[in-house]
Amino acid sequence: MAHTTPAPVETGAGGKSPARALPAKRQASRVRRQRLRAAWLFLIPMLVVLAAVAGWPLMRTIWFSFTDASFSNISEYGLVGFENYLVYDNGAWYGVLADPTWWNAVWNTLFFTVVSVGMETVLGLIIALTLNAQFRGRGWVRAATLIPWAVPTIVSAKMWGWMLHDQFGIINEMLLGIGLISEPLNWTANADLSMWAVIMVDVWKTTPFMALLTLAALQMLPSDCYEAAKVDGIHPVRVFFKVTLPLILPALMVAIIFRVLDALRVFDVIYVLTSNSADTMSMSVYARQQLVEFQDVGYGSAASTVLFLIIALLTISYLYLGRKQIGGEA
Amino acid sequence: MNRKLLKKIVAKTGFALLLAGILLFTVFPFYYAIVTSFKSGSELFDVTWWMSSFDFSNYLSVIGDGSFVGSIWNSVLVSFATVIIAMAFGLTAAYALGRVQFRGRSAVLMIVLGVSMFPQVAVLSGLFEVIRALDLYNNPLALIFSYTIFTLPFTVWILTTFMRQLPKELEEAAIVDGASPMTTLFKVFIPLMWPAMATTGLLAFIAAWNEFLFALTFTLTDDQRTVPVAIALLTGGSQYELPWGNLMAASVIVTVPLVLLVLIFQRRIVSGLTAGAVKG
Repeated sequence: MAHTTPAPVETGAGGKSPARALPAKRQASRVRRQRLRAAWLFLIPMLVVLAAVAGWPLMRTIWFSFTDASFSNISEYGLVGFENYLVYDNGAWYGVLADPTWWNAVWNTLFFTVVSVGMETVLGLIIALTLNAQFRGRGWVRAATLIPWAVPTIVSAKMWGWMLHDQFGIINEMLLGIGLISEPLNWTANADLSMWAVIMVDVWKTTPFMALLTLAALQMLPSDCYEAAKVDGIHPVRVFFKVTLPLILPALMVAIIFRVLDALRVFDVIYVLTSNSADTMSMSVYARQQLVEFQDVGYGSAASTVLFLIIALLTISYLYLGRKQIGGEA
Repeated sequence: MNRKLLKKIVAKTGFALLLAGILLFTVFPFYYAIVTSFKSGSELFDVTWWMSSFDFSNYLSVIGDGSFVGSIWNSVLVSFATVIIAMAFGLTAAYALGRVQFRGRSAVLMIVLGVSMFPQVAVLSGLFEVIRALDLYNNPLALIFSYTIFTLPFTVWILTTFMRQLPKELEEAAIVDGASPMTTLFKVFIPLMWPAMATTGLLAFIAAWNEFLFALTFTLTDDQRTVPVAIALLTGGSQYELPWGNLMAASVIVTVPLVLLVLIFQRRIVSGLTAGAVKG
């Protein structure tokens, strides 16, 4: 990451000041120059660290994606061009982009992202609206909703793995008790159910995040429009859709985008709940399996790079759309 | 009049049911893990809704397992070190980003936000090479290094938000008195930033405590693992028979401190999460 010295800006500003500048003014610009210098001195360590832990490794990953490096011996490799991505050889296509398992992982990730973020948004909204009401013990309920957020993802996957156990799980017991199912379901191994099990765990774990962000947005709303609506006798449901929702939408969108970007890189919950099963494999699980288990750093890096590009594209479009907002605050 | 009363009762009951549903949804899985952790032997395989026994054997066997205690120690070390590093670099950067107007500030903020969006797997092979080169493979120090990738960006982001909210007059007074930026940061801002630092530190601690992908990939032997990996890889006598009692006891042990922290500091955590996301 390059650092430009901010000095030219300052001399430019100084040049504009009238020649008969008072000593106080010169003093002020000296202070400003000192502050600018300090600002960059303060920033450089952080930027160097980010370059070391993020910038450089990312560049190396992209570089590895064009090689045949292996995990056990990462220092010796040859360049193979785009072979890890896509190559036509002996009448067939090879590479990440020609691998049906990869496309299955892409589909799984997208399905997971859309369904779980959608459910989290709706449930989060319901919880936030409930917590926004005045009642005794509200602080305690709010604290309780934070519990899933605090539980480590691995632990929540294991806890749910136990609750969803095919023979001794409480969820099967419950569903059998109500008569919804006639025999125990194998939630984590059944191809039709395992993705829903993953979604269940993720929804449980991250709904609190959505609820709290939504609640924060709700609490910033002005109360006068609600009083007006109350005076006019408008139905609460109508008030919600016509007043509340449009007002909290910007904050809600930010929370949704954060969650979407997070869900697209999902790894832990899937890896622990269903290990490397193809029914639930996400893009991150696929890339790590290639990298570590199959020791194919080149191929795995290619998959990682594609995932990075997808997320980067989404991030850039989000930043582009939200630039005004951030620029205004910065 | 009667109808109005009825309506009120229905609304109240509905609200109470909604609250009960929310509480059940959020608390039950953790409660059930606690119930399970106190069962032993064949009791484990009887589904019970209430605490049916208080058998500490699962806890004793988990604590008696030296490698699990070792991984708790590794997790504590890694999490604290990660927080301290993120704070040291984040505070100075947040001062620059929050208090000084300069060209390129939005660009720096964009870089910071961009890094926080990085999928971890995208840096996995690059980081692995760096860690190999530093000879830190299978060493918790590698985790301290790699966790900076996600703790530093949000530390900078949240601290910048808080730093910006402090009144300008404080700094002006310091400048009039001829204090250098370093003195201003340490004598004026840091004392006022304690609440924000506690919030950010707590979030960074929880993130580091819970991290899985790097910990799984960059450590190899039981004695170097952190808690999430130890729990994920806990196995029983055979491949098909997971020791659920031990697993739940271990889960409760590593989660209770976090739940207590969250309950004590809930206001701080909420303010940190909203500063990090809503204002982004």
